[in-house]
Amino acid sequence: MSLARADMAARPILEVSGLSLAFGGLRALSDVSFTVPEEAITAVIGPNGAGKTSLFNTISGFYRPQAGSIIFAGENLQGVRAPQRAARGLARTFQNIALFRGMTVLDNIKLGRHAHMRTGVLDALLYWGRAQKEELELRAEIEERIIDFLEIQHIRDAAVGTLSYGLQKRVELARALAMRPRILMLDEPVAGMNREETEDMARFILDVKEEWGVTILMVEHDMGMVMDISDHVVVLNFGQVIASGTPREVQGNEAVIAAYLGSGDVGEIARRIKAEAA
Amino acid sequence: MRIGTLKTSYGADEALFDSSVQRGLLVLLALGAVAFPFVASPYWLFLACLCAINVASATGLNLLTGYTGLVSLGQAAFMSVGAYAVAVLEIRLGTPFLLNLLIGAALAAVIGILVGIPSLRVKGLYLAIATIAASVILHFLFSHWSLTGEARGLSMPPASLFGYVIDQPFTLYWLIMPVTCLMVLGAANLLRTRIGRAFIAIRDRDISAEVLGIPLLRYKLTSFAISSFYAGLAGGLWAYFFRVVTPESFPLVNSIFYLAAIIVGGMGTILGGILGAVFMTLVPELLKFAANWLTPIYPDALAALAPVRTIVFGGLIVGFLIFEPRGLAEIWRRVRRFFHLWPFRT
Amino acid sequence: MDMLFLAEVALAGLGAGALYALTGVAFVLIYKATRVVNLAIGEILMLGGYAFLGFAAGLGLSPWIALPLAIAAGGVFGWVVERSLIRPMLGENPISVFMVTIGLGSILAGAVQLAWGADPLRLPEFLPGTPIFIGDAYLAPKVAFGFAAAAVVIGLFLALFRFSRGGVALKATAADQGAAYSVGIDVPRVFSIAWILACATAAGAGVLVGAIGGISPTMGVFGLSVLVVVIIGGLDSLAGALVGGLLIGLVEALAGTFLGGEFKLVVTFALLLVLLMVRPYGLFGTHEIERL
Repeated sequence: MSLARADMAARPILEVSGLSLAFGGLRALSDVSFTVPEEAITAVIGPNGAGKTSLFNTISGFYRPQAGSIIFAGENLQGVRAPQRAARGLARTFQNIALFRGMTVLDNIKLGRHAHMRTGVLDALLYWGRAQKEELELRAEIEERIIDFLEIQHIRDAAVGTLSYGLQKRVELARALAMRPRILMLDEPVAGMNREETEDMARFILDVKEEWGVTILMVEHDMGMVMDISDHVVVLNFGQVIASGTPREVQGNEAVIAAYLGSGDVGEIARRIKAEAA
Repeated sequence: MRIGTLKTSYGADEALFDSSVQRGLLVLLALGAVAFPFVASPYWLFLACLCAINVASATGLNLLTGYTGLVSLGQAAFMSVGAYAVAVLEIRLGTPFLLNLLIGAALAAVIGILVGIPSLRVKGLYLAIATIAASVILHFLFSHWSLTGEARGLSMPPASLFGYVIDQPFTLYWLIMPVTCLMVLGAANLLRTRIGRAFIAIRDRDISAEVLGIPLLRYKLTSFAISSFYAGLAGGLWAYFFRVVTPESFPLVNSIFYLAAIIVGGMGTILGGILGAVFMTLVPELLKFAANWLTPIYPDALAALAPVRTIVFGGLIVGFLIFEPRGLAEIWRRVRRFFHLWPFRT
Repeated sequence: MDMLFLAEVALAGLGAGALYALTGVAFVLIYKATRVVNLAIGEILMLGGYAFLGFAAGLGLSPWIALPLAIAAGGVFGWVVERSLIRPMLGENPISVFMVTIGLGSILAGAVQLAWGADPLRLPEFLPGTPIFIGDAYLAPKVAFGFAAAAVVIGLFLALFRFSRGGVALKATAADQGAAYSVGIDVPRVFSIAWILACATAAGAGVLVGAIGGISPTMGVFGLSVLVVVIIGGLDSLAGALVGGLLIGLVEALAGTFLGGEFKLVVTFALLLVLLMVRPYGLFGTHEIERL
């Protein structure tokens, strides 16, 4: 029984194999392969410039890889354009917050549902029948499932530009949740946050996994958080996967420690990896 | 003074006019619009119709430029498509005017989509120039095609409904004003659905929007189509209003006029499109009054009217952009905010 | 077809094209340095023509004194515009900034009409009048002079950008304003100088254009052709302005002669549309790389 369950959990929802991406002569990703098991948290770590965001952008469909394949829920995504990938349940947040400044928090979140709505131009002009029904249903669902969950009731009508960095990140998460994600890709969800905000975000991410049953793939530099909450860790360096496994396995890996020591951001991170391993 | 708003349903919170004060004002405005033709002189009715036509077209351009962030200098050309279509249909076939208006608008929308196709590849000024190119080509077409009367243009019969001829400012008002109101309402509705959100998302960050599930080309073309549909409808109304359509009826400077109207009014707000179009339509008339009034003191005042209008037109664009970049709508918001707290000012 | 006639038409076209190129260079200069699309360039050109008329006919100065004065007036005007209208718009979205220049163009057209009337005027004759023959082909002397002057000025500009400190500063500013600032380049000064040089150039071009075809308050439409030129060449490419200018001059001359005057504009704009579909950033323009 427990074995069967472990099997279920290990079934990958996303399989990346042999992915290579180059900009001119610059190789951003070379032969990257890894899998993301369903209903688990997978973290991608690596020094700055390791290709983490390029990897996300390729999975999102913004960059076209020169080689390799991305299989999402059994379907090869080759030739599937970015908006269709979003519609299939690939939701994400961005490293440099990509909220729409001309809209309120509520409208930003509503935007996430776009691909799942049916309102056409004519319905919209009349705001009658389907358009109205769809909008009100969406509003109710966002209020009850997302805004309550992420504790952002007080800012729903605020302009996004006026919010603190931590709140903006939370609104981005809310928008990604409105996308009906099957896999949620978080690009540095706690970068630039203070300790308290980081802990809040970590809690939200765990809750999303447990209560929503959503698979999470995240890029993050905060080793403490990565080690605390992730089930699997993939380590990238110079566009290549140098290690992968459970947090504990990765921590002891020589190549990983060397990669961090060899890069610019040594001190703190290396010390923490060692401390965690001890 | 207004103290807090209490709403008990999401529907109430999503309504276009969400406070009783707003709804009261709206009713007053509607009553005023209905009473207006009975008290106004033909001259004022003429101006009201002209304002309404310009509001319709400016609102369309606002959807494209103010909300979707695609600059077009072709709005007048799209109007000309609607105007010519209406004139040709009225002259050749004598079909009902509402049908003609819709066909004209649909035709303009098709042309709009064609012009919008480069918008996936080119942005900003490059796109604006592509729309100028389309205007030049349409102008050439209309002034060389026998169907559109070549350089002479077309004179057309008035619209008629069950044998009743609509050719006076009073009757035209009842045609033009309701159509414009419906168009503005439609635009406001559009903006509270996923389509409006997609437009704004494209304006603010088009690439992120794509990753969030918004197909860029489809929505850019949708925006072009709706915007030029509005222009075509406005052009059709224009044709019924003036009943002469020539290649010179819709020069490039008119396209600039609509862009100026939404800038002066406030880009990216429905109210801005309305205020800007009315304001920019009335300013030349005000200048005419001023010139007439000045003539006894300064006999050349009327001769100076044309260049002064040009200068004031440019001055308003520059002045608003530098000193009030969010336009008349922002001024209106400030006034409202003042009265929210009145008489207890902080 | 008569080859001699064709050659003459082509020569006249290249002559007109040189003036397009010259004005195009002025346009590109501003765009490169400040990222401002100056749609008032046609009106600034017109202003140059009228300033020349004012100095030469109004004040009775010799045309050879009035010419540098008109160019200087253009430069001063450029400086004033940059300080008063463009600098306050720094950081605003590009649509707003180019609308400011459209507004400026409208103000200039109105002001000129108010001061000099709406009728076209002729500039005092000052260019050499001896007919010029290249081989057997006749070339109007004024056009030839315009071509030569434009060639000299454009040559000077190209040399300046390549070899002077100012040119390097301009290139640096064009590439990255923030970075240029941080290495000690006085970016606001680069902005001012670009506007001064560009408006002076446009004013000079205006005198040449006016000397050939006369001046009027609607002369600003010349700017429309210049716009086609810079879009075809690529907004930020001086070489593009040069090639685009000659190309458009040639195409307009051929279309005007063999199809009729009313075809000029439609042919060039159709060409532009085709080119935009094939090369969205012009022949030599930089394609900005997009990032998420």
